[in-house]
Amino acid sequence: MSTMTRKLIKGNVAICHGALAARCDAFFGYPITPQNEVPEYMSWMMPDAGAVFVQAESEVAAINMVYGAACAGKRAMTSSSSPGISLKQEGISYIASCELPCVIVNVQRGGPGLGNTLPGQADYFQTVKGGGHGDYKLITLAPWSVQETYEFVPLAFDLADKYRNPVMILTDAIVGQMIETVDLHGNFEIHEYPKPWATNGARGRAHNIINSLWIAPDVMEGLNLRMQAKYAAAEQHDVRYQEYMTDDAELLLVAYGSPARICRTVVDMARDEGMKVGLLRPITLFPYPSKPIAEYAASGRRFMVVEMSHGQMVEDVRLAVNGAADVTFHGRRGGAVPTPTEILNQVRAMFGKPPVVSHYGSSGETRKGMPA
Amino acid sequence: MQKVFERPKGLTDTEFAYCAGCMHSVVHRMIAETMDELDIIHNTIGVCPVGCSVFMYEYMACDIIEAAHGRAPAVATGVKRVLPDRVVFSYQGDGDLASIGTAEIVHAAARGENITVIFINNTTYGMTGGQMAPTTLIGQKSTTCPSGRDPATAGYPIKVCELLATLDGPSYLERVAPTSPAGLVKTKKAIKRAFEQQIQGKGFSLVEVLSNCPQQWKMKPIDSLKWIDEHMTAVFPPGVFLDR
Amino acid sequence: MAAIKIDRERCKGCELCVHFCPKGCITMEDSFNSKGYRPSCFVKRDECSGCAVCAGICPDVAIEVWR
Repeated sequence: MSTMTRKLIKGNVAICHGALAARCDAFFGYPITPQNEVPEYMSWMMPDAGAVFVQAESEVAAINMVYGAACAGKRAMTSSSSPGISLKQEGISYIASCELPCVIVNVQRGGPGLGNTLPGQADYFQTVKGGGHGDYKLITLAPWSVQETYEFVPLAFDLADKYRNPVMILTDAIVGQMIETVDLHGNFEIHEYPKPWATNGARGRAHNIINSLWIAPDVMEGLNLRMQAKYAAAEQHDVRYQEYMTDDAELLLVAYGSPARICRTVVDMARDEGMKVGLLRPITLFPYPSKPIAEYAASGRRFMVVEMSHGQMVEDVRLAVNGAADVTFHGRRGGAVPTPTEILNQVRAMFGKPPVVSHYGSSGETRKGMPA
Repeated sequence: MQKVFERPKGLTDTEFAYCAGCMHSVVHRMIAETMDELDIIHNTIGVCPVGCSVFMYEYMACDIIEAAHGRAPAVATGVKRVLPDRVVFSYQGDGDLASIGTAEIVHAAARGENITVIFINNTTYGMTGGQMAPTTLIGQKSTTCPSGRDPATAGYPIKVCELLATLDGPSYLERVAPTSPAGLVKTKKAIKRAFEQQIQGKGFSLVEVLSNCPQQWKMKPIDSLKWIDEHMTAVFPPGVFLDR
Repeated sequence: MAAIKIDRERCKGCELCVHFCPKGCITMEDSFNSKGYRPSCFVKRDECSGCAVCAGICPDVAIEVWR
């Protein structure tokens, strides 16, 4: 990491640097905590780079501005947090149906409803099972560090262009607000994808129409099947995940985003106590790493899924495991964050060991809990 | 003899699916003539709404984007900001623009987005069967106010030109009624002016066209145009509301 | 000298041209076109001034005008 490109910044600010590295043409956003740094930094970074910034009148307007810019053949993105992402669902359905590329960032917060500005992961269903109407999928990347947050923006734009589909960067308030060292290396291969379908003025060609209204059902079904073929291709070629100490693990923790960092600590704590625990961290939530999970299930591992929700991704783990192994769950809801000790106690239970009480309670956690 | 009137190049050959006597396609033709006359067909991107004119993309010879209900000004903003040298227009009905799309039109106007908005006001949600709209007149009957619009429960019609004229952002706002030969001329002139405003970089322009819905009003087309003159112009007076 | 030509297959029989023509040159046909509409037709050929108001009001752009 060169000292020239090394910076100490928040996850949210890394999104802006990633957008510039991806040569994003336009950002349309709106204030909502905990992602306000994104529109704030974009408001000067984008114009400084000769790109477009608009603070829209609402999240609804913002996603529709993204739609327009994407129709015009440009790289466009927006960001928001859970309630604002709910507002964008109609627009996302339109963008997916029109087979347009774009990037959407959700810095998840506690919910449902207005919720709170603490971290959450309860938008998993909304993201990967389709929060907007219709049969479409969002290719979804889940960073767990500021470095990944930075690097996933150019990756997201590339996947969006490659598949002509919206891509979601699903992060959370911890990853968005935490400050880490990041190498803003800018070494990204930016592929130019031709866009002959774009509505950018019919000069020397027949006019283009971008539309998702298809009255004839066989035509609409044909579009749906073409979209599903793209998703099948993504499942073949663009699954991403990371493993930590999984080779001999009897119990695999499965987590993404900030809970995965907590689980990495749990793996270390468990190993210190002689328990063979590992971590499988999905990076793409769609397409999901079902194959490695199914393989581990077939080889006799057990699973514990950890999420900041009542259990959403756990359903995809159960689907992948398909009854071949035990899947348990540990979750916190509404903005609460799990501690390493509470997860470790559940791990201890699975290995037939008694739980311990942390000497410091739920805050001021030490690396090893005191025996009860 | 010379041919003095024919189908403009800005229209495709597709037959209009609108009801007999509906003025949507008269306005489509005027937009197409404007594109021909200003030689901008190849440079124009239109954004069509949800409503009867959802099918506008079948009829115009320029690039077209279908927008979600009410969102056309935001979509147009997205296009114009990334392609500022193209001509971008939105075409919206009263349900689309003045109901679900109120935020989008007010803010596009307030930002002074350099786009052209053609607003077709016929006091009715035509496509969905004739429900009350934000511009339905007091006492006017519709499927969701079968006894006539009662202000006690349904409030009052929204006057879009007057509303937007309070903002500093717009550059040109005019309301027209193509219900007579003179009205047709005024309507065409206003539409062309609104496109010229954009080309000259003067900022947001909107033309509100008082239009009809013979089908849902259950009137003959000629009677529907008379109804505009006798009832709508009193509430929505034609004229120029802003001209900078 | 002026004339109009009405595309009877595009005409939906809305009768606006009949009312808008200042000279009453247009009337409605008794027969139907292939879509089941009774189209308008150009009858008073001598009176036509080529003002093109009929073409201007026609929603279906079904009228061409010569002058």
